[in-house]
Amino acid sequence: MLTLTSEIRTPYHRLRAGAKLAALCAATVALFVLDSVAAMMLANAAVAGLYLVAGWRFLHAGLGLLKPVWFFVALVLAWHGLTGDLRAGTVIALRLIAAVALANLVTMTSRFDDLVEVVMWGLSPLRRLGVRTAPIGFAIVLVVRFIPVMLDKARLLIDAWRARSPRRPGWQVALPITLVAVDDAEHVAEALRARGGFDMD
Amino acid sequence: MERQVTLIALFAALIAVLGLVPKFTLASGIPITAQGMGIMLCGTILGARRGALAVLLFLGLVALGLPLLAGGRGGLGVFAGPTVGFLIGFPIAAFVTGWIMERMRGAPVFPAAICAAVIGGILVLYIPGILGMVAMLDLTVTQATLSMAPFIPGDLIKAGLAAALTAALYKARPASVLSRA
Repeated sequence: MLTLTSEIRTPYHRLRAGAKLAALCAATVALFVLDSVAAMMLANAAVAGLYLVAGWRFLHAGLGLLKPVWFFVALVLAWHGLTGDLRAGTVIALRLIAAVALANLVTMTSRFDDLVEVVMWGLSPLRRLGVRTAPIGFAIVLVVRFIPVMLDKARLLIDAWRARSPRRPGWQVALPITLVAVDDAEHVAEALRARGGFDMD
Repeated sequence: MERQVTLIALFAALIAVLGLVPKFTLASGIPITAQGMGIMLCGTILGARRGALAVLLFLGLVALGLPLLAGGRGGLGVFAGPTVGFLIGFPIAAFVTGWIMERMRGAPVFPAAICAAVIGGILVLYIPGILGMVAMLDLTVTQATLSMAPFIPGDLIKAGLAAALTAALYKARPASVLSRA
């Protein structure tokens, strides 16, 4: 399955996902409280250091994940440069980079299954209120399975279009793709009910 | 229960799949992705509560590290980024879209869906989106609002497509359009 978890093994992979998430929360709050260029530079150096513990290759992968941020960094710097408050712009841009990089670090070093477990643990108090949380875990698994199935069926329908028409597939394929997907979902629901549904556990 | 959970999961997957549709670029040079259409469809087809749940499920998977946002983005980082307002707005937009759809039960599906998608999927989505950019990038509200203007034509096209798709699905599988069930 395609996730953003890095295949480069790091010491962070061994830490518990819940602990990493708690640390991330605390660090992000701290980032938004601090308000000086020096503090932000220090924060970025610290984050880069955290990445470097796992090696240059890991740092490089982390920089790759930051790609969507650079556009906004440029926008902020340009805007604040124009209004003459470059100091505020620099703080915001640096904070943005550090916050996103730190969050990415948790994502890159936590297994998807471990994070799902943290979510289920976080939801467990709801169970005492009578909310059934099992369907939520089940829905997560269903989505992960539905995505590749839907992509496959869409590809088949687009191929069928290409085999019959000289024109490029247009938006008209959207309806048959949706229909196939909806029918699939209804079948899955029926199969679930036939096997006892969510009452089985 | 099983049917509702599977349909919610299906639409969460649909938002993800629509995010993979190659983006096309408008004459103005702004890239348009189909993901926003998925949010609208959740509302127009599933209705308010289930539509919002489908979007929350999708966002949950993004937060858990699946690269499902348009352009292959994902992970916790996107929630610390400047577009976080739109992510917060996604479930609200789906809810309002579905709510309007359910209120307009008397009207034919296509006009009801286009009305719901424009109000819920564009107007309601832009408000937290713009506020998010104001908060994260320290822009003024006017500045942030102006930066959204180029996206409006593409979003109107998406609302039209979402409404057409909802109407067609209602004809083919009326029982699956939960907002009308």
